[in-house]
Amino acid sequence: MSPMARTAPVPAATDPAIIRNFCIIAHIDHGKSTLADRMLQLTGVVQPRDMKAQYLDRMDIERERGITIKSQAVRMPWELDGASYALNMIDTPGHVDFTYEVSRSLAACEGAVLLVDAAQGIEAQTLANLYLAMENDLTIIPVLNKIDLPAAQPEKYAAELANLIGGDPEDVLKVSGKTGVGVEALLDKIVRDLPSPVGDPDAPARAMIFDSVYDTYRGVVTYVRVVDGKLAPRERIQMMSTRASHELLEIGVSSPEPTPSNGLGVGEVGYLITGVKDVRQSKVGDTVTNLAKPAAESLGGYADPKPMVFSGLYPIDGTDYPVLRDALDKLKLNDAALIYEPETSAALGFGFRVGFLGLLHLEITRERLEAEFNLDLISTAPNVVYEVTLEDKKVLTVTNPSEYPDGKVSEVREPMVSATILAPNEFVGTIMELCQSRRGEMKGMDYLSEDRVELRYRLPLAEIVFDFFDNLKSRTRGYASLDWKADGEQVADLVKVDILLQGEQVDAFSAITHRDKAYSYGVMMTSKLRELIPRQQFEVPIQAAIGSRIIARENIRAIRKDVLAKCYGGDISRKRKLLEKQKEGKKRMKMVGRVEVPQEAFIAALSSDDSKDKAKK
Amino acid sequence: MPSVLPLGDPAPADGLLPAQAADGAESRAFCLYVHIPFCRVRCGYCDFNTYTAKELGSGASQDEYSGTLNTELDLAARVLRGSGLPDRPLATVFFGGGTPTLLPATDLAGMLGQAERLWGLEPDAEVTTEANPDSVTPESLKILADAGFTRVSFGMQSAVPHVLKVLDRTHNPERVPQAVQWAREAGLKVSLDLIYGTPGESLADWEASLDSAIACAPDHISAYALIVEDGTKLAAQIRRGEVPGIDDDDHATKYEIVDARLAAAGYGWYEVSNWARTPEDRCRHNLAYWRGDDWWGAGPGAHSHMGGVRWWNVKHPAAYAQRLATGVSPAAGRETLDPGTRQLEHVMLQTRIIDGLRTQDLGPNGRIAVAGLIADALVDPAAAFAGTIRLTLKGRLLADAVVRRLLED
Repeated sequence: MSPMARTAPVPAATDPAIIRNFCIIAHIDHGKSTLADRMLQLTGVVQPRDMKAQYLDRMDIERERGITIKSQAVRMPWELDGASYALNMIDTPGHVDFTYEVSRSLAACEGAVLLVDAAQGIEAQTLANLYLAMENDLTIIPVLNKIDLPAAQPEKYAAELANLIGGDPEDVLKVSGKTGVGVEALLDKIVRDLPSPVGDPDAPARAMIFDSVYDTYRGVVTYVRVVDGKLAPRERIQMMSTRASHELLEIGVSSPEPTPSNGLGVGEVGYLITGVKDVRQSKVGDTVTNLAKPAAESLGGYADPKPMVFSGLYPIDGTDYPVLRDALDKLKLNDAALIYEPETSAALGFGFRVGFLGLLHLEITRERLEAEFNLDLISTAPNVVYEVTLEDKKVLTVTNPSEYPDGKVSEVREPMVSATILAPNEFVGTIMELCQSRRGEMKGMDYLSEDRVELRYRLPLAEIVFDFFDNLKSRTRGYASLDWKADGEQVADLVKVDILLQGEQVDAFSAITHRDKAYSYGVMMTSKLRELIPRQQFEVPIQAAIGSRIIARENIRAIRKDVLAKCYGGDISRKRKLLEKQKEGKKRMKMVGRVEVPQEAFIAALSSDDSKDKAKK
Repeated sequence: MPSVLPLGDPAPADGLLPAQAADGAESRAFCLYVHIPFCRVRCGYCDFNTYTAKELGSGASQDEYSGTLNTELDLAARVLRGSGLPDRPLATVFFGGGTPTLLPATDLAGMLGQAERLWGLEPDAEVTTEANPDSVTPESLKILADAGFTRVSFGMQSAVPHVLKVLDRTHNPERVPQAVQWAREAGLKVSLDLIYGTPGESLADWEASLDSAIACAPDHISAYALIVEDGTKLAAQIRRGEVPGIDDDDHATKYEIVDARLAAAGYGWYEVSNWARTPEDRCRHNLAYWRGDDWWGAGPGAHSHMGGVRWWNVKHPAAYAQRLATGVSPAAGRETLDPGTRQLEHVMLQTRIIDGLRTQDLGPNGRIAVAGLIADALVDPAAAFAGTIRLTLKGRLLADAVVRRLLED
């Protein structure tokens, strides 16, 4: 048993040989945050009375959903065989939407704890991150968590892990983040097995930014891993991608509260504060150097985040538009991947077309806008980016179905993904059926163990952004896991389907679909709208059309009666209150031409619930 | 009265009204509604405030009822005077229920007599009681007429036995012409109440009911679409699938039928659900509600209105009786309408009657909305050009939508 370190190594004066930089790779719910909490306690950086569950997950939404969006780094002292060490735990996002952020976090480490739920086994996203870790030459420490659970099968999953990364099942550590069993042994193993960082202390400073977070009081807090040289307070630093320079107002380490230091040396991990207000000035992946003595070359690996999925966000109450604009501006400070521009929809009014890294990013952003800024929003069905080549060879990038050109299209290219699905083998048939119906092309299939299969598919991104994952989950009773990454593009036979209410096109319902699916989309949307839109004082035809060709049609018959027969022995108050309620209800209607469409109809029509039902049929 | 009372402000124990109630009272008719909360059986569709004898405890029995009610009338006279309202003779009195005629005719006569002593009746006052065709005799009707009643309104509902059964109505439909005959012989005007759209009622059933009603040659006919209220036996039966649900299109068709048949038989509409043989046969008490006149509603759960003050009594007959026994006003809650709300009510109520709403009473948006209502054939164009919103047949069927459009912000 190792004791808590009696003397913690001092930042800026720590020999790289006693530094260990690691991250934890785990699937959502596999207990990463709980394990991290236990480490904070055992190393003494958080006193038991200060402990709150999942200390490192700062944002409420993270805590609510049990997922980590923003990574952070915590410096923890640990003692082994009489020597003190400095452990830097770098928290990584666990979701595929944030692959780029994950890869930067991994690049800051020498090793990774591969944490797997002993009752569930490894999941596809974990595999993806594990792959990234191995690409970065990290040393992997396989660990099974939640061994206290009655349903845990440590032997089975130890064998699976050993099979995946090589090695002996006996070497797989078994811990419980909840009870603390095995956590000390894990800290010891981190010290023993992980290599220490290597760098040139005399070279010009180079530090990689693996995260930047906007803080209301401090401005942008930038997290870095120093590779060469040293960074010190008050000196001027330079961002190598933009050449922008800033004064280093504060430098320090998190343990886990920010603690200023005399600087950061080779191999150390910590934070920088320069007073900038926008995370875009401190980009993940960029290299920080000293302005006076700049490095000749950056560390490399920087890439601008590229949105994959677009959705229109509209306030339900049109007067909230400025609130939404300010809210997006604020979120942007903390989310370098968020891009948006104003957009006007005939049906929904003023809003924004917003680009996201993926569906989870969309959902989280929307939830934050609603929870933190008290907004009620409609988000249009998410769509991908299409490259449309016109007959005159002009190329358009279409991020919104309403911008899709009418006619004269010679070619449309759509983004593709390669997807990995892990599931028990009994579900192979239904998964293949689903992927086939989504225009997927099978690339391979492997047995991970006797009863767990890995399926690899190439699919159009558009086919998975809507409800693919929900479908996959429901078809496999929740057992399947999915990972995907961008994989080029392909030419496809795509068309735009418009929806018309009483002859007026409703841009919010337009969709770009494969020609073979246009009809079913048209039928689905028109019949859904027929259910959702209340009868009006006149007949309302609902049509789906490709160009001027109608492919589906429904009719909402005119309402014939809308009158309360009597007033109940003089209870006028009741009648008036009913009228006031109806008037209030009308405020939540959007007018499409003369047709009153309830907000709920937009939300329900654009949500995926019914298409799920349809797939089940 | 519906089983749920509105939310409002508390009413004071002495029942005194805010000053607003007296403003302009001279120009408004003064009416009295008397609620009789008893029924022999509770009908499956009814959510009115009524009770069978068994449901009521001591202190609220049928025998004691007229005495208790007279106590409220005494209180009413004190409250009105104490609140600065002028003494006005009653323009109309209406006994509703429940089944008023479950009480002895002498009790009804006694309550009317009490009201007359307190306020007097206008020379041509309209005095109506609702009645079940089963619970009247030539003798009881004679007593009522002699006491000053001028009108009786029979709850006929339907002439078709299987429809009456779904409604839980116990009377024999053949009893209706008989009762009408007796009422006429007693010198009373007659109204028949019909309900359409009952689950299982065919168009032919409805036409048969209308024919029977017209054959009785009443002075007045009310036809109400069946409303299935939450909490009623009928609502539960529909929920369980034992009887079919309500279909608004069926209601619309039946409304068109009643309007056409009654027009052919010489009855003209004067309110969405009411038709009369001549303007003199219109129910003035009913019109008072829509015109915003003043009325005191006496009895448990009854609603009252005086000059933009609305209030309502406690619901249960026992609680009602107990309040009056201890000299406390039975009012459970009230609301004092601000000018905007009164204007909204004025549009809502006036639009429903044949007098119509003067376009000058509308806001600027409402006046613009009239053009759309004319285009959609919901209001009569000639009347609109002359400054009055008067609903067409289609407009009556969509009256609530018309009101919403007139009130659009």
